[in-house]
Amino acid sequence: MLEEIKPKKVGIIPCNGEEICEGSITRFASRKVLDKLRPNDTVTVCLPLFIAGGKEEREFAKNYPTITVDGCDKRCSQISTEKLSGRPYHSIVVSDLLKEHSIEPPKSRRALTDKDQAAVDLVADEITKKVDEILEKS
Amino acid sequence: MGKKVVVLPCSGIGKAYGEIGRQAVYDLAEDLKPEDVKTACLARLMIDDPETKAMVKDNFVITVDGCGMDCARKNVEAAGKQVDSSLRVVEAFKKHRDLKPQGVLELGEPGFKLAHILAERLSEEVDCVMKK
Ligand code: SF4
Ligand code: SF4
Repeated sequence: MLEEIKPKKVGIIPCNGEEICEGSITRFASRKVLDKLRPNDTVTVCLPLFIAGGKEEREFAKNYPTITVDGCDKRCSQISTEKLSGRPYHSIVVSDLLKEHSIEPPKSRRALTDKDQAAVDLVADEITKKVDEILEKS
Repeated sequence: MGKKVVVLPCSGIGKAYGEIGRQAVYDLAEDLKPEDVKTACLARLMIDDPETKAMVKDNFVITVDGCGMDCARKNVEAAGKQVDSSLRVVEAFKKHRDLKPQGVLELGEPGFKLAHILAERLSEEVDCVMKK
């Protein structure tokens, strides 16, 4: 009998940075991938659970190949995932990516405008590309 | 300079509770109590960022958590600071079951109402903490 081999899911961990607008982009772009672009292939975890949660949460990056999404080059998600859970497969820094593509960061961290959607789409597409790369290899 | 109140939401990404807490903190820090309240990236505590650790050490701290895992509170405590007060969004939900957020991040009108109610509750808490 042929069994369907299910590929692994990929874990996406945004930093959710509260201080700057790029932190909000990490959330919206990650949720776009989780809900719309690759809903069957991705999972997430609340980053602060690596400190507050139990063994299961801390083993997240051991159980899933992981992509961290950080708002700025402090790279809080990448560094804490690596320190507390396991080495991420890919790390995306939103501020760098926006600069590379000459896209302005949002003006408000509270609410994104229609114009800011370009930034969300760019980051979401980059996450999706990395998800597909990981799944192809696995 | 007098102490301020650092209000830190957990910004949970799995359910709307995290976004409601986050929006309530922005409401508080930018509209209701801009003179007394500031916020910071919670995750900076996870990387032992000295500036953020000093900020929580030198000021009052209130945490706002989406659920009973209390991540924001526990992260502040792990950084060596006892919080002055901690709130859970899920508690605010219990009293306002009619207000249902539309999505995890797209809260819609009911979700933003809930965030504002929470911001007002936090504003009272800020007054209490500053009187200490
Ligand atoms: S990576 Fe930057 S935006 Fe994200 S939590 Fe850290 S300091 Fe904040
Ligand atoms: S308190 Fe709950 S919602 Fe908030 S980060 Fe932790 S698990 Fe997520």
